[in-house]
Amino acid sequence: MYARLTSALALACLISGASLAAGSGITDPQIAHIAYTAGVIDIEAAKQALKISKDKDVIAFANDMLRDHEAVNKQALDLVKKLNVKPEDNDTSRALTKAATQEREKLAKLSGTDFDKAYVANEVAYHKQVNGALETLLIPSAKNAELKDLLETGLKLFQGHQQHAEHVAAMMK
Amino acid sequence: MISKLSLGALCGLVLILAGPPVRAETIRVTVEKLVFSPAEISAVVGDVIEWQNKDVMAHTATAKDGFDVVIPPGKTATLTVTRAGTFDYYCRFHPNMKARLQVR
Repeated sequence: MYARLTSALALACLISGASLAAGSGITDPQIAHIAYTAGVIDIEAAKQALKISKDKDVIAFANDMLRDHEAVNKQALDLVKKLNVKPEDNDTSRALTKAATQEREKLAKLSGTDFDKAYVANEVAYHKQVNGALETLLIPSAKNAELKDLLETGLKLFQGHQQHAEHVAAMMK
Repeated sequence: MISKLSLGALCGLVLILAGPPVRAETIRVTVEKLVFSPAEISAVVGDVIEWQNKDVMAHTATAKDGFDVVIPPGKTATLTVTRAGTFDYYCRFHPNMKARLQVR
């Protein structure tokens, strides 16, 4: 539990640290990359849960995450293509991916209810972090109106997922 | 003559089967960018609620002890209202999506 909290804090610091480093200079191609990466991370987490979990509610939740994030990332790809924007890798994307890989490695060692609880707790924490990044960094920095609009929808989606995850977590207690 | 009579009988039968004229309305709700619009609707028993999902992800219109309608992405789904009451409904997949249906 302590380790998970530490890694969550580290991730929050990484996001805000990267945002400080980038200042308001974060570009739309970078924002698009971060948003897309955030979706990919949750898709990977869901795939891991589908492999390991036996819990009906956890499996249903993971399927919801997989379906939503794949649909939204497809929408994001269509938009960047239309806008002729090439998503650009950056420190925030790399930090997110690194933290997520570490989290998956930790979860891979667990099974049964230990896994289910850790996965759902991480889903709550992860969506909370992404919501924070969307609200304070990505949405205010986005210059293109359509990208901003997609991010705002993304924020509502992630907030919905956070509540859904909190609900699943409450049912497991 | 015979055919005219039977046609008349048929019409009468149809009228009997149809019963008194009931004006069931269809009330449309748009679901776009994770928002039910309008957020509050009222209906009478027998009306049909039609949700049109303009999002790329599936939603539901779910009321505890009421109904659970899945609205696939880009599709519509309907519900025929069968009893009076106030139904606060939400989306099971995105519980931050909330709306209200009043049935008289």
